[in-house]
Amino acid sequence: MRIIIALSLFISSSIAFAQDGNFSKLPNVTVKDLLGNTVSSEDFENDGKPIIISFWATWCKPCITELSAIDDYYIDWVEETGVKLIAVSIDDARNAARVRPFVQGKGWEYEVYLDENSDLRRALNVNNPPHTFLLNGKREVVWQHNGYVPGDEDILYELVQKLARGETIK
Amino acid sequence: MKRYLLTGLFTSLVFFSFAQNPSGTQPQTSSGQLQNNGIFGNSGEIHGNFQSDFQYYFRDPEIDPTGEFFPDERFLAAGFTNLVYTNGDFEAGLRYENYQNNLLGLPEGFRGQGIPFRYARFKKDGLDITVGNYYEQFGSGMLLRAFEERGLGLDNALDGVRLRYSPVKGLYLKGVVGRQRLYFETAEGIVRGGDAELNLNEAFSALSRSSWLITTGASFVGKYEQANDPFLNLPENVGAYGGRLLLQNGGFAWSSEYTYKINDPSADNDYIFKSGNGLLSTLTYSRPRLGVMVAFKRLDDMSFRSERNASLIDAQINFLPPTTKLHTYTLIALYPYAVQPTGEIARQAELTYTFKRKSLLGGRYGTTIALNFSDAYSLDQTFVEERVIGERPDGTPETTPRGTKGYTSHPFSPGPIKYFQDVNVEIKKTINRKWKATLSYFNFEYNQEVLERGVSAREIMKREGGAESQSLVYINAAVVELLYKIKPRHSLRMEFQGMFTQQDRGDWAMALFEYSVSPKWFFAIQNSYNYGNPDPDKRSIYPLGSVGFTLKTTRFQLNYGRQMEGIFCVGGICRVVPPSNGVTLTVTSNF
Repeated sequence: MRIIIALSLFISSSIAFAQDGNFSKLPNVTVKDLLGNTVSSEDFENDGKPIIISFWATWCKPCITELSAIDDYYIDWVEETGVKLIAVSIDDARNAARVRPFVQGKGWEYEVYLDENSDLRRALNVNNPPHTFLLNGKREVVWQHNGYVPGDEDILYELVQKLARGETIK
Repeated sequence: MKRYLLTGLFTSLVFFSFAQNPSGTQPQTSSGQLQNNGIFGNSGEIHGNFQSDFQYYFRDPEIDPTGEFFPDERFLAAGFTNLVYTNGDFEAGLRYENYQNNLLGLPEGFRGQGIPFRYARFKKDGLDITVGNYYEQFGSGMLLRAFEERGLGLDNALDGVRLRYSPVKGLYLKGVVGRQRLYFETAEGIVRGGDAELNLNEAFSALSRSSWLITTGASFVGKYEQANDPFLNLPENVGAYGGRLLLQNGGFAWSSEYTYKINDPSADNDYIFKSGNGLLSTLTYSRPRLGVMVAFKRLDDMSFRSERNASLIDAQINFLPPTTKLHTYTLIALYPYAVQPTGEIARQAELTYTFKRKSLLGGRYGTTIALNFSDAYSLDQTFVEERVIGERPDGTPETTPRGTKGYTSHPFSPGPIKYFQDVNVEIKKTINRKWKATLSYFNFEYNQEVLERGVSAREIMKREGGAESQSLVYINAAVVELLYKIKPRHSLRMEFQGMFTQQDRGDWAMALFEYSVSPKWFFAIQNSYNYGNPDPDKRSIYPLGSVGFTLKTTRFQLNYGRQMEGIFCVGGICRVVPPSNGVTLTVTSNF
């Protein structure tokens, strides 16, 4: 009972902040790039153009299907909207060393980071991959989606196009 | 109880006080310097996620004749909610967990409800401080990895203090002290550790343009646990240390870590007084469309827990990375590899290659092929003379290594017990705009005694017949996966799996059909059939139907059907899943 009181207090104190899952600012967490350099999520940049952040893992089939499906059209997406896809791998020590050869073997041209300790994953409350976030030019999270079924990439791209035109997403 | 209440209140108060202080800005003084108004930014944000699983079980005598796996409760529910508040460089969070009671197959230690995870984190003058619960990893995790794996019911978060500091560019220091989470309590032992990582290219400007990229690191982890064994003089403090190196040049990357642990008698190693060590070395080469990896690993008595009598997934301080490929197809996942912390020698090689589009083998859309090989053996051990504690039925003496130095082992040569071998090939091809296909072939050798029943290499070596008495399960399996785009946003995914073996449960076949309508719906139906089971009464079918509905960030999934007995693994740690028949509803959400 007391826990429930504490919890409800906790929640009530925070209602003012709840923003429908959309982060007005990306949490500041460090990840590593594929060369082992430490990078802060605050440095995820795309010159005022939209950013897609996709959480994935080498063992996650739907993630790979999604990233492969996007890869088919990625050149066009970049050309048309200037969008950048940042693929954050949550692979642990078992597979972390495999990520770079895996990405290259697939021929993906995404910006890829390793989140080995799942710090960024937790900061963004990602339950399970795949989980996709869409950021507008001001780097505000304006949309997110969990899971992947074929065709989701078309919806994602419609939203990217909207952002690129300067429209807002509801 | 009191502790949770205080935690909750404290956090609430913190939030209240800052919620009512919208002027926590950082005004500039005339000199242009930032005025220090604390660590808070303009306004904070609250986010979180939520998951709940509800399961209703039916009594199913065919898959569970005696009813030993049928839960008394009939209905089980488990879930959690994370809340994270961030404001500038301040962050606080908690997780409420709820098990009424825990789902079948997950650890029963999770019972009831509470707030086992709460923390505050702030950054000040370059120092990053976390108090309360946190997850952390040093290097590859061979010495320390506090992490959670919900699917396994594993959560060994530390409860204590963590400091992170970067005194100069390229040098990263971490320090931790605390106790590990053990269900709704903490483990007996105290864990403390430090880690330093140096990125030479970041640290030294002379190297910043070098074609060699060098990162090196070192860590120390110690544990303290009281000991009052009447017979053994157990060490109360056990220290472990290690070093690592990552070298890269062009497409090559070589990463290695070596760890050493002083003697650490525990239930895992039969209370032998022997030091442990671990080596993990991985070499990769990659260039566009090509990836190659080879890995070598040797573990010798590297189980490291903050409670020496703990078992299964309890109170593990370290994580021993598996060097096998993780398979997720339903049938294939019935024979997974689990790392043997007491000792193993393992190798892995992998090649991924994508044939160019519009080439002979690439076709119009390109073809990706992946070859993977891995194996694992026992160590080449010479056992010390053991203490006789009785007589076996056949008249030979029953002995125990307890209290001895256990064994010595050859540093590189593998031992006579084979634990596992996996050879697999995967070909992925986009046939045309409508069809995509993935073909896979698998060949396993699987030591069921060791991997499922926990029989140690020592027990096999000491019993009648010795190494000759080991028996392996030999498995061949193939999977065809097809994806058909019916029309925009409508697709059908199909899986056809066959798994063939003369041993264990014999042959299996499985088919899956999954119809999805982006972005909201999916419907799936699958059936596995154990038609080759040597026991005709066990030639059962395991049908399973699922419906999923996604509403932006909220997701519902309803399953109904039979779950086969098997092993479920994440990251090389496995749990046994009992057979069951029931309805499951899973709800997840983010906010």
